Amino acid sequence: MKFGVVVFPGSNCDDDTVFALRYNLKQEVVKLWHKDHDLQGCDFVILPGGFSYGDYLRSGAIARFSPIMNEVVAHANRGGYVMGICNGFQIVCEAGLTPGVLLRNNGQKFISKNIYLKSQTPHSMLTAGLDPDRALKIPIAHAEGRYFADADTLKALNDNDQILFRYCDADGQMTDAANPNGSLENIAGVCNAHRNVFGMMPHPERAADAALGNTDGKLILEQLLAVLPASF
Amino acid sequence: MKFIAAIDVMPIKEILDPQGKAVMLGLGNLGIQQIDTVRIGKHISIQLDAADEAEARTKIETACSKLLANLIMEEYTFTLQAL
Amino acid sequence: MIFLQLTFSFVGANSRHKTTTNIILEHVETLPTTETARKLGVLPDEFERIQQILGRTPNFTELSIFSVMWSEHCSYKNSIVWLKTLPRESDKMLAKAGEENAGLVDIGDGLACSFKIESHNHPSALEPYQGAATGVGGINRDIFTMGARPIAQMNSLRFGNPNLAKTKWLVKGVVKGIGDYGNAFGIPTVGGEVYFDDCYNTNPLVNAFSAGIVEIGKVAKATSHGVGNPVFIVGSATGKDGIHGATFASEDISDKSNEKLPAVQVGDPFMEKLLLEASLEIINSGHVIGIQDMGAAGIICSTSEMSAKEGFGMVIDLDKVPTRQANMLPFEILLSESQERMLVVIEKGKELIVKAIFDKWDLHCAQIGEVTDTARLHFYRHGALVADVPAHDLVLGGGAPQYHRDYREPAYYQEFKKFNIDTVADVTDAELSTVARHLLSHPNVASRRWISQQYDSTVGTANLSTNRPSDAAVVRVRTPERGDLNKSLVMTVDCNGRYVKADPEIGCQIAVAEAARNIVCTGGEPMAITNNLNFGNPYVPEVYWQFVGAIKGMSKACLKFGTPVTGGNVSFYNQSSDDGPVFPTPTIGMLGLMENAAENLMTLDFKTAGDLIYLVGTSQNDIASSEYLYSFRGVRESPAPAFDLEDEYTMQQAVKTLIKNKLVVSAHDVSDGGLFVALAESALVRGLGFEVSTDANYRKDAYLFGEAQGRVVVSVRPSMQAEFQKYVGAVAKVPHALIGRVSENGFVVDAATVLSLGEAADLYQNSLGKYFE
Repeated sequence: MKFGVVVFPGSNCDDDTVFALRYNLKQEVVKLWHKDHDLQGCDFVILPGGFSYGDYLRSGAIARFSPIMNEVVAHANRGGYVMGICNGFQIVCEAGLTPGVLLRNNGQKFISKNIYLKSQTPHSMLTAGLDPDRALKIPIAHAEGRYFADADTLKALNDNDQILFRYCDADGQMTDAANPNGSLENIAGVCNAHRNVFGMMPHPERAADAALGNTDGKLILEQLLAVLPASF
Repeated sequence: MKFIAAIDVMPIKEILDPQGKAVMLGLGNLGIQQIDTVRIGKHISIQLDAADEAEARTKIETACSKLLANLIMEEYTFTLQAL
Repeated sequence: MIFLQLTFSFVGANSRHKTTTNIILEHVETLPTTETARKLGVLPDEFERIQQILGRTPNFTELSIFSVMWSEHCSYKNSIVWLKTLPRESDKMLAKAGEENAGLVDIGDGLACSFKIESHNHPSALEPYQGAATGVGGINRDIFTMGARPIAQMNSLRFGNPNLAKTKWLVKGVVKGIGDYGNAFGIPTVGGEVYFDDCYNTNPLVNAFSAGIVEIGKVAKATSHGVGNPVFIVGSATGKDGIHGATFASEDISDKSNEKLPAVQVGDPFMEKLLLEASLEIINSGHVIGIQDMGAAGIICSTSEMSAKEGFGMVIDLDKVPTRQANMLPFEILLSESQERMLVVIEKGKELIVKAIFDKWDLHCAQIGEVTDTARLHFYRHGALVADVPAHDLVLGGGAPQYHRDYREPAYYQEFKKFNIDTVADVTDAELSTVARHLLSHPNVASRRWISQQYDSTVGTANLSTNRPSDAAVVRVRTPERGDLNKSLVMTVDCNGRYVKADPEIGCQIAVAEAARNIVCTGGEPMAITNNLNFGNPYVPEVYWQFVGAIKGMSKACLKFGTPVTGGNVSFYNQSSDDGPVFPTPTIGMLGLMENAAENLMTLDFKTAGDLIYLVGTSQNDIASSEYLYSFRGVRESPAPAFDLEDEYTMQQAVKTLIKNKLVVSAHDVSDGGLFVALAESALVRGLGFEVSTDANYRKDAYLFGEAQGRVVVSVRPSMQAEFQKYVGAVAKVPHALIGRVSENGFVVDAATVLSLGEAADLYQNSLGKYFE
């Protein structure tokens, strides 16, 4: 199994994601340059966090037209796995790979802190093995993370069980106070209808190393290993 | 009377517009070439009550110069229309 | 190449000592006079000296070159004499202060840490968002042009009264500017400090710190050599940003400075991120001779400093510099402070390799000239020589002037010393809750969460303090190639300007001591400091006295703690006609080292109810310069708090050993707000409380709220009490006292509840944000 982490100009979580996969999860991982047209045989493509193209215009709007995105979209359309984290989530939304958009936080400020989230469905490879009752502590760091979708889309997301994570408090209560950015229904992550493209605002790769004093994020990333086919 | 003001706030010419520059790169990726410059500003629409157009103009001038534009690095233009 | 045609006549054997007289004056008809010089901030005797150096009257371009290179900002002309007295050596130092863009310290395993702090006070006063953002950009470029990848940032901020609308505007702008730039750049902001005082109403201070890691063999230098080697400019195009900005930075801020608003520069963190990656890649290619950020004074500063380093010259064709505006004049191109640009000298013949790297990152680079052996800088515009100046004479350490300024003890100094504690009534038991509320909610004491949450502190997966709060920030060192090296940098920025005003020498010793104390309490070993010296007008003898005192105090303390000064920044003229000078604020950025953080990192939070609370260090009947005395009692004139350098050092060594031998489970230094606030901060992390008793030997206010230095609050498991006692008493022989224990029920002093946990947490956590929301 091979992971690819796309590096856009302005990506800044690419090294962190590679580090978590290589050193904490002991996986094969390569960086994929945004100008290339080759996924180097990766089974799983991750679009990391950061400020691709400075987040100018709209977060993810310019990166979505980077050359490699043709291959990433084709990979997803073939059923290949793609995950967008933070800025990567914004990019997969802009690219139409996952439904919805990420708007400016309702507090209008960048927020960097630990939040809690809970798995919402057993029917996705990213969440299948997670304890649905356990609040996981994961860092967020974004200014545009307020998940929004129109009423029909939201209904479809719920009906199809596409909501992966919701923000909650340390006790697992999904309250307004626990919603850090005003996301609709406390949504922190979703998948597409085919359940092979995942997007989430919180950063599991920032909580995947015992040295950091928090390994809740590793639990999430490990799900990828438990279910992934050995070869694609 | 009711007026609607259509306001454009743009970075002044002399100043770097990082956003415009980044969008230019993106347009290149899209295959749109031969673009000389891209500059990005804000469009603001304000509906207001005023006795006459002169008063409306003064109000919008004040709004633009005090709040909507940072005159250190932005300039503004607007049009007023009576509703 | 057109360029080579231009150079031939100046690369003659004798040209080093010859002055060129056939300078073509492109945009001024007549040569500048003493009056023009004065307008550019060049003193009459400096103007005379320039004429001597050139052997003729400079043209306007040349005069403006000297004006910026000899400005305070570039030449440190009013401070360098004293800066040279600071201790600058230790066996860990790889580059001495002033030698490179930033200091360089050996951290073992073949790695070095490059770190520095720099001010952007004046730009931030005018336009807080861009001023602060470009400050962050500048300091990071200083680090990565040495080949070091930045791994952590901090900042030290001072603002005026938070109730003022202007202060609110400044705070929001500065914090957002730092956040937007630093967050996008992708380096975690791991610490900082913020103080509010009326003296900063007009002149806020914005000091930005960055630290990076470089392999010792791969350090890039700000130098130039090799005749014929090409000189490249890389990054953003050059616009009319900040022209004369360096000079501007050296003038008093007053109302008329609004006329200079075009001096604002816009930062582009996206460009900076690309520059970072591309710079590290070209440095790694091994073909870089020298590289320097274009900070203050732009192209002229980089070309002259790099050339002067090894006695070479450069010929530069200004037509080749990519510009944002047409028809820029030579002096505008030379002095422009447009951000995100660098000057690079590379090995001849390797142009294509370097260009390919910049192309990969979509960065523009242009060859603008080449290295000569003339030791002079020749600038051409439209085929004509527009300036011909000797590099050495422009730069600090070369021909730039160095002044001994007069200084005089101000009258207030002795007045402050007359403070008598007996004129202030001690707190009554009934008053305790009021004082506690005042301090925990005070903007100088309350949690900085409203600010720190706007900075990305977890990017880089290196900040070990996220889930383990400690007095100083702990940032692990990891590289993509070598993984986690089980080694961490420990860092902090500290300065209480109120203490420094009360007594510059003692106050600055305290700033160094507090920084060291923070690192020691975290389990680190202090290694070196960088400083940001923020003062008023150096031509005012009483202000210069504060500067001299601070330097003397810093020297003493740095020698004691073994932390040499690796470099830093001086910012004078932080004063206005309304508020006078700001508190003298010599901010100390200290770097420490910690191996094996899993074992050695000490946190500040109380762990379990029932643990014993000890105060290590000596209580004093002292409330001088405390937040309690200053803002609760309203007494603004008192000396610096009690401080003894030797006692402080001994206490810190003891705490170091206590931590190493695992005799304590938390350590937190006593600083602003005194013992009570230290206890509160340790307790609130886990929602715990404390029960402590005061000591009849001391006034209650002094005991609880006094800011006497050299004290640390530790908590000890009851099972370890005997061993702890044995060590502190018999071995370390440091003063210590059992003052109480950790509880679950509020903050209790002498058996009476001063504050409930809920109220204390709310006051401490939420008070600061209320000023700015």
